Amino acid sequence: MADRHHPHDHDHAEHAEIVTHEPSPEHVLLERALRELLIAKGVFPADAVRQQIDLTDSRSEAMGARLVARAWVDADFKRLLLEDAKAAATSLGVDVSNTPELVVLENTPELHHLVVCTLCSCYPKAILGIPPAWYKSREYRARAVKDPRGVLREFGTPLGSDVELRVVDSTADMRYLVLPLRPPGSEGSSESDLARLVTRDSMIGVSHPKPVVD
Amino acid sequence: MSALFKAGDAVRVADRWPEAGGVRAHVRTPHFLRGRTGTIERVLGAFPNPEELAFGRPGLPRVALYMVKFREADLWTSGGFEARDTLVADLYEHWLENVDG
Amino acid sequence: MHDLGGVEPLASAPIDRREHALTQFDLNVDALMYLLSHPSRRVIRVDELRRSIESLPSDDYARLSYYEKWLMAMRDLLVEKGVLSANEIASKLIELRGRAGDVAP
Repeated sequence: MADRHHPHDHDHAEHAEIVTHEPSPEHVLLERALRELLIAKGVFPADAVRQQIDLTDSRSEAMGARLVARAWVDADFKRLLLEDAKAAATSLGVDVSNTPELVVLENTPELHHLVVCTLCSCYPKAILGIPPAWYKSREYRARAVKDPRGVLREFGTPLGSDVELRVVDSTADMRYLVLPLRPPGSEGSSESDLARLVTRDSMIGVSHPKPVVD
Repeated sequence: MSALFKAGDAVRVADRWPEAGGVRAHVRTPHFLRGRTGTIERVLGAFPNPEELAFGRPGLPRVALYMVKFREADLWTSGGFEARDTLVADLYEHWLENVDG
Repeated sequence: MHDLGGVEPLASAPIDRREHALTQFDLNVDALMYLLSHPSRRVIRVDELRRSIESLPSDDYARLSYYEKWLMAMRDLLVEKGVLSANEIASKLIELRGRAGDVAP
């Protein structure tokens, strides 16, 4: 089956290769069987799957980047984002009705957060869309809690030994989003310029935002 | 909401293994935290018990949920972390015990 | 085998950072999960889905792709909860195989 969905513009760096896992024919058939049976039983309407795919497609780190950039320039919004992230997201037009709880964690010069779900793959999908394959991988889930500095090194992310690295294991209903440090030298940047510096990986915690380029 | 613990309290994660012996259980307390001691970082609210929800039961009354902070150095004898590094996880009240002193 | 924090040798293994392009299958399964567990419908709870996935044989858990696992877990749960019967699914699969010469959905 041909590729249908290309990932949004993530920071590839030197890893430009994109892979696809083709499902087995048996699984393709089973998915179709379940879907048609559920529609026939009226569990959801025939176009519901298409609509949901379109909705998911519209979610990417762009919304998360908007939340971060707004928080960087607007102290009141930042306060709301840290106290009631769902309300803050709703105010920017995000539908968070299927998100159990959303919590934004602020990085400081002394504290850097790294988010993982060791038990499954919990992720703030309403804000960031579908998580990257590596986030869901068994290796990341096993390693992030025991070798967090090694994980950051592997992602090419420097972190001083004087900064506390806090691993956040999403074990319950809270979905965590990192509010990264505003890049140095960005004081003169517009909100939309700032949003372009915020990457998906910096909101998970494996990377920093992009630096300001003059 | 009545919560047993507050931010700053020292707590120990119960050293319980309900899934032992092939018992069907759905536990959201990672194995590497059981028996470990940490500190309450935040009180997160009260939620239906996922261990019950997982089997179609209502999971009531709601259980208090806490963000608990651990030192990485207290969790692993070796690993890739600095002495100041920490880990937080969201744990349910029935998995947490008082620690004296 | 889903409780993976710190488990070796995974915890010492390199992380495959390549981006994955999602197939139509992946998107369909993702959408099904979302629709079934949406609070407005309450057919399946997310906690039940997780428990179902944790009950997969450990071979399958290690071998199947992320979305293949979720599909199997959904199937098991739908039958367990009586939303669909194993017979219905089997009949449907036979019907679909009969239509296999048709253009893909």
